[in-house]
Amino acid sequence: MPCADDEAGRIAGEARRALEICNACQFCDGYCAVFSALKSRSLVLAADLTFLSNLCHNCRSCYHACQYAPPHAFDLNLPKSLSLVRQQSYRDHVWPPVLRGRLPGAGWSFVAAVTLAAMALVALPAVLSLPAEVLFGRHDGPGAFYRLVPWGAIAGVAGAVMLWSLLAIGFSVASFWRGMGPAPAGAALWPALRDALRDAASLRNLGGGGAGCNDRDERFSQARRRFHHALFYGVGLCFAATGVATVYDHGLGWQAPYPLLSLPVLLGSVGGVGMVVGTAGLALLKRRADPGPVARSLTGGDCALLAQLFLVAASGLGLLAMRETAAMGPLLLVHLGLVLGWFATLPYSKFLHAPFRVAALLRAAMEQKHSPPLTRKRSLR
Amino acid sequence: MVFLPGWVEPLAGSLWEFDPVLGSFCAKAGALPCVAGLGPSQRRPSGSKAMAMTGVPYDCDVLVVGGGNAALCAAIAARRAGAAVLLLEAAPKALRGGNARHSRNMRVMHDAPTPWVRGRYPADDYLADLRRVAGNADDGLARLFVDASADIVDWLAGNGVRFQSCADEVLPYSRKTAFFLGGGKALVNALYATADGLGVAIRYDSTVRGLHLRDGAPAVTVGEPGVTVTARALVVASGGFQADSGWLRREWGEAADRFAIRGTPHATGIPLKALLDEGAEPVGAADRCHMVAVDGRAPPFDGGIVTRLDGIAHGIVVDRDGRRFADEGAVVGPSRYTAWGELVARCPGAVAISIFDAAIETRFRPSIFPAIRADSIGELARDLGISPPALEATVAGFNAAITGGGGTAGVDPPKTRLAEPITVPPFGAYPVRAGVTSTCLGVRVDERARVLRRDGAGLEGVYATGVVMAPNILGCGYLAGGAMTVGAVFGRIAGREAAAYALR
Ligand SMILES: Cc1cc2nc3c(=O)[nH]c(=O)nc-3n(C[C@H](O)[C@H](O)[C@H](O)COP(=O)(O)OP(=O)(O)OC[C@H]3O[C@@H](n4cnc5c(N)ncnc54)[C@H](O)[C@@H]3O)c2cc1C
Ligand code: SF4
Ligand code: SF4
Repeated sequence: MPCADDEAGRIAGEARRALEICNACQFCDGYCAVFSALKSRSLVLAADLTFLSNLCHNCRSCYHACQYAPPHAFDLNLPKSLSLVRQQSYRDHVWPPVLRGRLPGAGWSFVAAVTLAAMALVALPAVLSLPAEVLFGRHDGPGAFYRLVPWGAIAGVAGAVMLWSLLAIGFSVASFWRGMGPAPAGAALWPALRDALRDAASLRNLGGGGAGCNDRDERFSQARRRFHHALFYGVGLCFAATGVATVYDHGLGWQAPYPLLSLPVLLGSVGGVGMVVGTAGLALLKRRADPGPVARSLTGGDCALLAQLFLVAASGLGLLAMRETAAMGPLLLVHLGLVLGWFATLPYSKFLHAPFRVAALLRAAMEQKHSPPLTRKRSLR
Repeated sequence: MVFLPGWVEPLAGSLWEFDPVLGSFCAKAGALPCVAGLGPSQRRPSGSKAMAMTGVPYDCDVLVVGGGNAALCAAIAARRAGAAVLLLEAAPKALRGGNARHSRNMRVMHDAPTPWVRGRYPADDYLADLRRVAGNADDGLARLFVDASADIVDWLAGNGVRFQSCADEVLPYSRKTAFFLGGGKALVNALYATADGLGVAIRYDSTVRGLHLRDGAPAVTVGEPGVTVTARALVVASGGFQADSGWLRREWGEAADRFAIRGTPHATGIPLKALLDEGAEPVGAADRCHMVAVDGRAPPFDGGIVTRLDGIAHGIVVDRDGRRFADEGAVVGPSRYTAWGELVARCPGAVAISIFDAAIETRFRPSIFPAIRADSIGELARDLGISPPALEATVAGFNAAITGGGGTAGVDPPKTRLAEPITVPPFGAYPVRAGVTSTCLGVRVDERARVLRRDGAGLEGVYATGVVMAPNILGCGYLAGGAMTVGAVFGRIAGREAAAYALR
């Protein structure tokens, strides 16, 4: 498709132009790691675009602080340029490779289609095989969920989809890692990994050198960082809940549903609330954001992931609240379908942001702090 | 924060009226056509007495002309001192802030390390640096300035400006300057937000066309067709005149047409000229500019920091006749930009060309504009529109004169450092021009930032800050980070003094 190539070339060219101007300026070097990584490059190659665009976390500070932002003749918009390249990098490194260049822009329609298919996959067998009084009946006591959907089916299907997704993400990240160009020779991997994970866990860069992000306009705030934390740790707690539940079930032989004050329910509900608050907050910030530094074409994919996570969490919380009523059956099917849909889209949605960003942080840490001094300045000099 | 009582009271006979829809005060329709033409104004500033003894209504206590760093510091200081403040900025909102948008750091005195500046930079060191660049500038004023610079970072931080931690590894070591986090536009954004929050009335697209200082209270004419705005006190913070091409041409001749102006197109010096016409004593020099060497393809205005040419010292520089005219290795430190600005401004046609080869090119940061390249020096000359034999002769002569130690022998002018032969194709070139930062003409002020007449008396109620008075401190010299400090320090003084005068 020559047309798509042209578009990719235009996006890359624009980002390169912006980065070259930024490299001559470097006024924003206090905001994030992009600028110091840029400083050690006197030419911006394709691999550098892949790296730098994923090192940018789209805080937009450098747009509001930029004397060359529109209406200046240079028309510089670094956050927008980098988010377009970043989006391109998700598509370039998708796995399996046959999908490269073919994956439709992973926006609303893709996410919605996969999610609906997953929901159908979960609901149809139950609806077809179970009598209405079971489906809409009240169930309690251990094993209540499994009377509707057998444990083997849940674990088997979800496990298989998750396994595929993890594999696909793993291959994508490997391809992305190579796409950033050769890692600096002699860099210490483990200390760098420790730094990168610390940055990822604390979202240090969203602190913007102390001031926070430009969530909405030229004023700074920590709102985005807080909502992102709520979402990130919310997802973490939900996975922890699932993990503990699996141990209870298989290790200890205690079957779900668990009492309200049990560990899996506590972890899951705190995590679920975190996800609901985080996704809703991030979506609200997106709606209110100054459109200047935003690439419109990406909003769909961003919002699709947020909506997916919101629905997963909300349906989970709903299930908890209504598990002793007749709504339990339908809610369980909806929740499981949403979870399965989310698992299935992971390697093809905006979710790639998470592993790619950690990989970029790792690369930055290897370059900046953990390389022998001489190799740090990779340049023509 | 200072919140003043009664700031929502409308003033009888003033230009402001309460807009029930917006819940704020607006310029009355027709009262300030050009200013008000921008739509609803900000909140009305704090009311003081509406009438002077004469019964003439004032539009504000303190009127600030300009919208850069100096103007904002003055407006905030005056507002915090209790005055009703109106700020008139010639630029539209998106391009507000004057040259401060392009600035990076400010030079401050400090006796011990701070979170923002390393080491120590005692007053005596600062004064010595000032004397070195400024020559015979006013010593008393310089001392006051240096002392006041000590807490200006804290004052700005208290007004919302964020500074970059000096522990940040990305910063170059500096014991003299504090860096604005995100650069000067971030500073400008923060100061506007603070001024607005305090209730300073801010008007964009509001060029002051004339000052009226003769009979009683100062007044200005704004916009086209002119509207008169009266004030109890006036702070002029409108920068230099580098954006007035006619005036620049009168001082520099036709060379001025080739200059790029690195900052705002709104610094046309109308208020400066008006002050001089009213008898203010000039300081500095009309025919001097701060300039640096920029890529000749820089935009005519607002090219800022990124059009500077980094690598001039590495290759050779020729004029439009293909001849070298200066020792390229004479200055290799940070002042190389300035040194070349002046040299190029005085070249025939005020243009020059930086020439290098593929080997030399790897030693400097490239221009943001692509290099002009060719496989031979002759071709390069043709592409540049200069005589091929002349350039070939220059390059051959230069290459032949290179000695072992990075210098030359037997060529005039010599190149005393970084001399390397120009032999590896493709050869490259950048056109070079002088990029003007600002002009060096200002008005005399006293330690209260009052504008002084030639006879030593003050112009009643008229204050100045920023580039419009900077030569009092800096002469015609350039001290990195000094200009922003002058604007902030004297802005704070001018604002307080103007408020005190207005509310006396
Ligand atoms: C590229 C560049 C980099 C720089 N870097 C630094 C640095 O790192 N550190 C440093 O100390 N200095 C630096 N400077 C210099 C510094 O920016 C200026 O000295 C400082 O901003 C001057 O401030 P000012 O407010 O006096 O004048 P200006 O910034 O020139 O502002 C003048 C203001 O007045 C307004 N104005 C002009 N005429 C009128 C009128 N008739 N009516 C209404 N409004 C009017 C303009 O629109 C503008 O807002 C730099 C300058 C440039 C160009
Ligand atoms: S975004 Fe603008 S201000 Fe920031 S480094 Fe780039 S060019 Fe400079
Ligand atoms: S948007 Fe934020 S993270 Fe991205 S380059 Fe700009 S300052 Fe860095």
